[in-house]
Amino acid sequence: MSRKILVILVAVGVLAFCLGMAGCGGSDESDGKEERDSIIIAGSTSVQPLSEAMAELYMEQNPDVAIEVQGGGSGQGIKSIKENIADIGALSREVKSDEKSAAAAEYVIAKDGIAVVVNKDVKVENLTIDQIRKIYTGKIKNWRNVGGDDRPITVVSREEGAGTRSSFTEITGIAADGVDHTTKAALVQPSTGAIKKTVAKTPDSIGYISLNILDDTVKSVKVEGTAPTVDNVLSGRYQIQRPFLYVVNGHISETTKAFIGFIMGEEGQRIVEETGFIPVN
Amino acid sequence: MKIREKVIERLILLCAAVSVAAVALITIFIFSSGGPVLAKYGVLRFIFGNDWSPTSGSYGILPLIVGTLGVTLGALVIGIPTGLGCAVFMAEMVKSRLAKLFRAAIELLAGIPSVVYGFFGLEIIVPAIRDYLLPMARKLDPDVPGSGFSVLAGAIVLAVMILPTIVSISENAIRAVPKEFHEASLALGADKRETIIKIILPAAKSGILSSIILAMGRAIGETMAVLMITGNMVKVPTSPLDPAATLTGTIAMEMSYAAPEHQNALFAIGIILFIMIIALNGIAQMVAKRFGGETA
Repeated sequence: MSRKILVILVAVGVLAFCLGMAGCGGSDESDGKEERDSIIIAGSTSVQPLSEAMAELYMEQNPDVAIEVQGGGSGQGIKSIKENIADIGALSREVKSDEKSAAAAEYVIAKDGIAVVVNKDVKVENLTIDQIRKIYTGKIKNWRNVGGDDRPITVVSREEGAGTRSSFTEITGIAADGVDHTTKAALVQPSTGAIKKTVAKTPDSIGYISLNILDDTVKSVKVEGTAPTVDNVLSGRYQIQRPFLYVVNGHISETTKAFIGFIMGEEGQRIVEETGFIPVN
Repeated sequence: MKIREKVIERLILLCAAVSVAAVALITIFIFSSGGPVLAKYGVLRFIFGNDWSPTSGSYGILPLIVGTLGVTLGALVIGIPTGLGCAVFMAEMVKSRLAKLFRAAIELLAGIPSVVYGFFGLEIIVPAIRDYLLPMARKLDPDVPGSGFSVLAGAIVLAVMILPTIVSISENAIRAVPKEFHEASLALGADKRETIIKIILPAAKSGILSSIILAMGRAIGETMAVLMITGNMVKVPTSPLDPAATLTGTIAMEMSYAAPEHQNALFAIGIILFIMIIALNGIAQMVAKRFGGETA
């Protein structure tokens, strides 16, 4: 009996020790941060890899600045600067009209195009946004209906919640009023790379991928007559694209200003290109 | 000396306590993260709901459960006969030197990382189903859809992955059957086939059953390989050639981008999986106890 009690005591002890350590670690960190200049970036998970790459290089060059990158989604990005809990809000879409009041300034730091790709055996060259929407909502099930052969369409999509999927479905109208109407009869792949591979290997398939990983293993279709190229994204003619925005509120610190200057400058834009997105400057 | 003993005893106790605490913490964590969604959404609606659209707030995991059970069942249908055949062959038919070679090969199977199995399935099995099996199916019914990503592909790869579990435990159980059984059977005039089927296998059944249940647990829990080859279509599969999504695959795939409530729903899937695996382990222990004898 006493042994049992001992076991429990030890277990509780171990637990308390762990929690205690965790608590200490946390407070140490926040103490340290106040001594240094800090920038918190919160928002879109699509922008996150880019922000992290920027932050890493910037902190290397400016050891006295600490940058913390958080996710949460584009909506969270706006909310964070509104409530002043982040210095920069990151968005992978335009600022909505009812959000304009929170954002004192917007910076387009990069652009990203989403290419619609099909297997090489598909004879279709061009799709309209409407046709894409009908294919992805399951209303068009055969390539014959969009000018191809009489073959069933295999739809390939990203998983629910992925940034590329939410951008793609919102721009094309597959998602409306917050409800994603992507057909249930779609193969789901966990990355745009996996989508590209699946489309490359599966006859009669269609998928969507980030423009930066587009290569000749798959065939990209024109959307409304415009090919997905960097130039067409920059000029705005290619419709399935999204801007990566940094938004700030009125209380912008000198440190944050310097960081945004770095991103919009030559070095920052080079990172944009290296991370696989489209530089704007 | 006595003090040293005591100290060591306490140290070992501490180690044991850590492992118990780990299990307890994980359990608490899963249940506290997933519980509220389950309670709010309704357990029955969650389990039997047909629509999994987490970004639209619809959390029915029936397609995922059917997908997981379908792939697992398929793996068992393929894996049990193969595994048992292999175990009988190694225990009863070949000389021990050759059996050693076979055993080494089977153990090697257990050491291959699951992502490699997934890659193999993606490169070999999915295209094979698409290029050979689907055209045959289309001769019977020209409307069979399909891309090769299917329950069948998942089942085939999982069957290979669970072979080591079935073979090694079953072989031990078969070897543990007393030699007298064997000799008595032969002395009564039974031939080798009759002896194996009517005497040896029934005598080893508790070990064999445990191996099957453990294999089933492995199959249900497998994530990466299945994620890569079943197509993850969130729709109840109606044939082995249909794609399907699994419980584990969905958790792994969606966790990284999930919004808070979506994430909690994924933890709720974790609860369902957790209960399924615990039930299986319970059954395994009960089977072992009930049939008594060697459990290997």
